[in-house]
Amino acid sequence: MNVFLLYPDRDFNPQEKLPPQTEDLIQDLEFNTILNAMAKGDKFLFNVAKQTIFTSLTDPQEIRYRQAILQDCLNNESVVRDLYQIPIKSIENKQSQWLGIFSNYPGGILSSAVQFLEMLVGLLHQMKQIVDQHASNFKSEGFQRFFRMIQQELDDAYFEEVEEHLQTLRFRKGVLISAQLGRGNEGTNYVLRRPNRQDDPWVLRLISRKAPIYSYTIAPRDDHGARAIGALRDRGINLVANAVAQSADHVDNFLTTLRTELGFYIGCLNLAEQLKAYDEPIAFPTVLPADKRSHSFMGLYEVALSLLKNQKVVGNDIHAHEKDLVFITGANQGGKSTFLRSVGQAQLMAQCGMFVGAESFEANVCHGLFTHFRREEDATMQRGKLDEELSRMSVIIDEIKPHSMILFNESFAATNEREGSEIARQIINALLERKIKIFFVTHQYELAQSFYEKNMPNILFLRAGRQTDGKRTFKLNVGKPLPTSFGRDVYRAIFEK
Amino acid sequence: MTDPSILFIKEIPNIDTAAQPLYFPDLNLDQIVDTITARKSDYNLKPFFFTPLTDPDTIVYRQDVFRDIHDLNLLAGLKSFAENMVQVRRYLGLVEKLDFHYHKEGWILEAALKYCQAVMDLEKELAQVNLASAGLLSVRAFLTDYVHSTAFQGLYQEALTVQRNLAAIRYCIILQNGTVRVRNYEGEIDYSQEILKTFEKFKQGAVKDYRVELRESSGMNHIEAKILEFVARLNPSEFKALDRFCEQHSPFIHPVIQRFDRELQFYISYLDYITDIQRRGYPFCYPTLTRNKEVYAKDTFDLALAYNLLYQEKPLICNDFSLQGHERIIVVTGPNQGGKTTFARMFGQLHHLANLGCPVPGKDAQLFLFDQIFTHFEREENVRNLRGKLQDDLLRIHTIFQQATPQSIFILNEIFSSTTLKDAVFLSQQILSRISELDAICVWVTFLDELSTFNEKVVSMVSTVSPENPLERTFKIIRKPADGLAYALSLAEKHRLMYEQILERIHP
Repeated sequence: MNVFLLYPDRDFNPQEKLPPQTEDLIQDLEFNTILNAMAKGDKFLFNVAKQTIFTSLTDPQEIRYRQAILQDCLNNESVVRDLYQIPIKSIENKQSQWLGIFSNYPGGILSSAVQFLEMLVGLLHQMKQIVDQHASNFKSEGFQRFFRMIQQELDDAYFEEVEEHLQTLRFRKGVLISAQLGRGNEGTNYVLRRPNRQDDPWVLRLISRKAPIYSYTIAPRDDHGARAIGALRDRGINLVANAVAQSADHVDNFLTTLRTELGFYIGCLNLAEQLKAYDEPIAFPTVLPADKRSHSFMGLYEVALSLLKNQKVVGNDIHAHEKDLVFITGANQGGKSTFLRSVGQAQLMAQCGMFVGAESFEANVCHGLFTHFRREEDATMQRGKLDEELSRMSVIIDEIKPHSMILFNESFAATNEREGSEIARQIINALLERKIKIFFVTHQYELAQSFYEKNMPNILFLRAGRQTDGKRTFKLNVGKPLPTSFGRDVYRAIFEK
Repeated sequence: MTDPSILFIKEIPNIDTAAQPLYFPDLNLDQIVDTITARKSDYNLKPFFFTPLTDPDTIVYRQDVFRDIHDLNLLAGLKSFAENMVQVRRYLGLVEKLDFHYHKEGWILEAALKYCQAVMDLEKELAQVNLASAGLLSVRAFLTDYVHSTAFQGLYQEALTVQRNLAAIRYCIILQNGTVRVRNYEGEIDYSQEILKTFEKFKQGAVKDYRVELRESSGMNHIEAKILEFVARLNPSEFKALDRFCEQHSPFIHPVIQRFDRELQFYISYLDYITDIQRRGYPFCYPTLTRNKEVYAKDTFDLALAYNLLYQEKPLICNDFSLQGHERIIVVTGPNQGGKTTFARMFGQLHHLANLGCPVPGKDAQLFLFDQIFTHFEREENVRNLRGKLQDDLLRIHTIFQQATPQSIFILNEIFSSTTLKDAVFLSQQILSRISELDAICVWVTFLDELSTFNEKVVSMVSTVSPENPLERTFKIIRKPADGLAYALSLAEKHRLMYEQILERIHP
């Protein structure tokens, strides 16, 4: 039985190693804010969301598989949340009733495993009932397969079979063990046996009268003998105790997998709920294969910003078809960084099957997203800073590959403009040559201008806008680089207010 | 047929009480031998490693055995023989401690089977290969006769039959409260398989193994003994056969096999020690032993250091040395921590190991058939009484000269370093001239450049530093006049971020 709610054909691997750039992405794209909104204080949900988002999908089919499931979740929110309670209850029961297999001798393992299994089977019953009641309202391939599986595998006959085992395993009538002589004539291969004639009270009657049978009863005070018999019993039930304990673990793991995979969608529901409260739109993105080039959206906003401000924020409309490089120039604090973050967030959210923060969104998938943002620390040590930026870039070069996407934010500006531009040109040209998609935010006119003059059709220039009174709109428009920056405005806003 | 030995050609000398040579700690040979013989104390191998040979034929005899083991890939096979013999002894040791009749006999049978298997495997292993060493050839000849003898074959066949019949017995135990019943097995099915089948559908991946490791062969309590007694009653003929086997066949280990098993460990333990070092790409060779004093070694290294560096990232530096013509004395100077002491140790180790008949570090070597090695290493001790210490040092050196012969080797390390420079030069020159007169081989590590040009017997070698960065030791000790140091600096990282470089780094 497989949950398969995150991939159509395999389990989600919560242990999968995240790409090395993950922590940079989280920092640069303010992703902790989004993850916290998804988690709502639940550490487990936080980790599931993080793991799912940063192990991006690249196959549009797989992305659509999740989108359909998430749509089902949005349409049947209370049923999905009820279903999620099944594995949660298992955890609660384990804690409150001290269930679990902690013993280190077979007798103890067996009895605790039987108890544990009884509790789990009870929860499976409950799950079956939810499924029977609501399955018909779910339209996605993923949910339909999952529910069908539950109904087929967990039918009444199955529950009866399980019940019978749980009874038998209490061994009220003693144990029958087969054995052989091993090395040194010591008993070995102890195997618990089921008696041949099941209707009989087995210990007494199964023995054929003709075959010899030898019997020994320990003396009443023979503690040593009693321990020896106990040890032999442990040997006999060792394998069956293992079987029951492993079975309990199997069921437990099944529920854990369910918790993990549903957990992602619960996180999405939590986020959707909050964005809805701020009247922000959400949209399922249209995803194109990695070798296509498109970024086309309406009302794309910075989700973390909205969550932090607890309100609706400004969105952008851009249509960038067949563009490999997007330059964003213009006024300081004109929304360039915000825009860049919204692009990065949307890319990651799209590639894990989520909705994005926009009215509509279309983009090609990428093989790995990278960010190279100027860091604020030690601004005084200019030389050290460029070194630091370059070494960070070098690490990215080790990981990046064709059809990756990289977001630069004021990179290589820690030296004079001429040198910085030259470094950036070398890097950009090489990345373009290797089919890597680039968004580059810069206030360095020379850099942007040098590309503008080349007049290449695959480069788009955006500019942070401002109104004639000098106030920023925080909206970006298509526009060529302008030689002056707007630092004076910012200065004025701060110092002359 | 004389009893074959793989360590000695003629008489087998009585060296079992040999003491560790005095030079062992200075040369770190004590570390090496301790590691080699660790976990092998049952064999009492140390005397073999403490006793350098004086007879060149025996050295070659051992080198040939080493060669055979290495060249014919015999190590694994010989090890498995040794491990089997360990088991045999363990089982027989167990029998001494057991209480119940059929339990004891069960382990005797087990030991006999293991012994037969060990001997037959070894015979087969050696029969397949083209042995060249006289030592292993003599062992093979013995084995072939022994394995095909009626005594051995009788032992083996009977053990097999008895064991097969016992293993075929299957029985059932029924436990209920304080009562144990025993009867024959009647084909009942395995219950744990049923359970697993029922819950298999939930399987998501591997789960913990809850099988408890219940102590095996920890003897037998009276309940188990009672059960065994019942099983014996249910199957009388199988157990009578076991009684008969034990009466006829113990003890069964042949004394030649026993000695071979011990002597073999000399080779196995040494090869084990050097194998990982070899695998790292550091060479070993079979040195030529000579009575003239032209010695050399190429790409050699300190074995103890090599072993310690195995689990570190640091590279091991190899060095060469050679003494030609009249040259007898290597004076090593140069910056501290540059590998001078290591070089001196290496020289001594190489000679000791070569005289044991062992392969030694290096690509190629010709080494001296010495009679004694004398070492004197300055210790960093708290010297309160300089005069007293100097006196002790000189006394010790005096004693050495009383014992030393032209066939001896001296390894001296920073002696007299706590006296005044003038005294040190004077004393050193006195000692040096005595060694020269004796015509003995010597390695002398010193900070006194003067010694390096003492006379025509002296060769000057220097520990070197990196030409770019004098703080960086190369650990190369090379033949050149003693001199000062070369200084230079290096600089600047590159980030490999230019257009062409990036294209090279990202594959299209």
